[in-house]
Amino acid sequence: MREIIVNELTQAFQQMARDVAHYLPRLIVMLIIALIGWVIAYLLKLLVRSLLRLTKFSKLSENAGATQLLHQAALPSATELASRFVFWIAWIGFVLLGVSVLGIAGLQEYISRFFFFLPRLFAACVILFFGLVAASFLSRAALLTAVNANFRSSRMLSIAVRFIIVIFSLSMTFEVLGVAEQTMLIAFATVFGAAMLGLAIAFGLGGQDLARKFLERKLTSHNREEREDELSPL
Amino acid sequence: MIRELELAEENLLTDEFLRQLINIGEVDIVVGLSTHNNAKTIRPVIAAIQAGILKCFPRERVAIINADGGSQDDTIEQVKNASIDDLRRDSKVYALRTLHSISVRYSRIPEPSKALQTIFAGADLLRARTCVMISPETITIEPDWLQRLARPAYHDNFDLVCPIYHRRGFEGVLVRNLLYPMTRSIYGSRVREPYGSEFAISGRLVSDFLSNGIIDQDWGRMGPEISVTIFALTGKYRVCQAFLGTRPPPTRSGQDMVAAVRRTVGALFASLDGNFPVWSAVRESQTVPTFGAASPVANEAVRINRKRLLDLFADGVVQLGPVLSSILSPQLLAELKRIALLNIEEFEYPEELWTQTVFEFAASYHKSTINRDHIIQALVPLYRGRSLTFITENRDASDEDIERREESLCVHFEQLKPFLLEIWAERK
Repeated sequence: MREIIVNELTQAFQQMARDVAHYLPRLIVMLIIALIGWVIAYLLKLLVRSLLRLTKFSKLSENAGATQLLHQAALPSATELASRFVFWIAWIGFVLLGVSVLGIAGLQEYISRFFFFLPRLFAACVILFFGLVAASFLSRAALLTAVNANFRSSRMLSIAVRFIIVIFSLSMTFEVLGVAEQTMLIAFATVFGAAMLGLAIAFGLGGQDLARKFLERKLTSHNREEREDELSPL
Repeated sequence: MIRELELAEENLLTDEFLRQLINIGEVDIVVGLSTHNNAKTIRPVIAAIQAGILKCFPRERVAIINADGGSQDDTIEQVKNASIDDLRRDSKVYALRTLHSISVRYSRIPEPSKALQTIFAGADLLRARTCVMISPETITIEPDWLQRLARPAYHDNFDLVCPIYHRRGFEGVLVRNLLYPMTRSIYGSRVREPYGSEFAISGRLVSDFLSNGIIDQDWGRMGPEISVTIFALTGKYRVCQAFLGTRPPPTRSGQDMVAAVRRTVGALFASLDGNFPVWSAVRESQTVPTFGAASPVANEAVRINRKRLLDLFADGVVQLGPVLSSILSPQLLAELKRIALLNIEEFEYPEELWTQTVFEFAASYHKSTINRDHIIQALVPLYRGRSLTFITENRDASDEDIERREESLCVHFEQLKPFLLEIWAERK
């Protein structure tokens, strides 16, 4: 009985030693890959940070309103965030590459999924960023035009423009990511439709007098008051 | 000759236009007209030009070049059909030379920079000693204007002759409150009308202006007229000014105001980038030779709704708060918000505050803190506030008082120039 136990234990230890001997080089390879990956990811981070500083990315981000959002969320600057993002993506990529060397069954599929997902993640980030840039630029353009044209609800118009573009770019981002496509599509359609309906009702009911005055002014007089009030600048 | 052909090729002058120029040969004076649907006003303007040529330059070879930006009316036909013989019948003076009048459609849509480039290229190819630009909308033009503008350039070797108009009432508010004081402070020359729709330019300056590609730069494209003045001032050309008559009021609307600010202030701000080595070295302003005599300004009653101006200013400051915070310093913005709350009787946009505002806008434009066109648009409501103060101050003022206040504003611009230099490099 005792011999059997000793034999089994010996066999188990021998098997474990064989397994360790089998996996140890792979583990070392994985660690080396992870270490090299860390160095490469760190260099990439420095490179991306320098490039973004050279291209004045932070100013673009500030103009897009992203800096303000990040500041409110107690997050670092957009340049820092983007460079950290590149670091982590690159390093995780290398770690997963190292893990794949271990040859653990079942993990391979998840690793390949991760690498397949990366381009989509990048595209989603780009879409979201440029969506924010476009929303900021166009809402400011709308605000300036409305203020200079003496439009009463300039700020509301600007906010509406920003809101529509942000919603639109968010729905595109989620679609690219493949996250809750149907939900986002329905949500977008509902929000957009509701906004348009609301505007139509608001203008229809609340703007009757305004529309009448506008048409009267356009059809009967020639904007005499405006002409008299404006000064010749040149 | 090779350079001229290259120029013609670069400018994409049409074969038909080149053929017309070759038929003319060489001339002494070119009169340029940039038109777009000006059929209603072009005839009296051309008649005045022809009368001016008959009266003042009967021995010179003169050509009228009309650059048209896609007129839908019969502007081009009117220019082509305008015959100097109509005037000869009524006048005892005869020109000893043929007066050529040619017209070219440079584009289907009006582009002032391209129109000026076309006329200048034509004048350069014709080897004109002087080119006089006349606005087709200036129906108040008199035959003497041609002499007043062309003579200093043609006979006295001046390179640029700028106009001085006889302003009525509160006309030219932007010129008086920004363009003149800032040009004077920055470039050091007291040119009263840096943006003139009428001016004369020497053949030498025409060639240099074209060969330096000013029209292809931002400021040349945005404001071709003011860019001629700035180019002459920075290039140390001989500049003078001549008193003309009354300028007809331009068409007025809110949108025109933005376009006018963009065409003038935008071009002036844009010119500061490349000319920094020149203007940063200018310490004080110099007077420029002035020809003719000023006639008293006719102060006609002008109906202006001051309350509306204040509303536009105050509403602009409140609504554009986030935009202005990207352009102005917090202290200046706080001060603007304070005066935006004042009532019409108390309201004042002081000279120093206005000067600081303009300089901070110029520095932000240089740094492109936000889109440059948005910066220019954001200036419009603030300009309306300054207009209100200008009107209030000069409501019952004499010509001397208006002149004194204008000079005071110019002094503020000159005194605060070190402030501009300071924030030029700092502002981020």
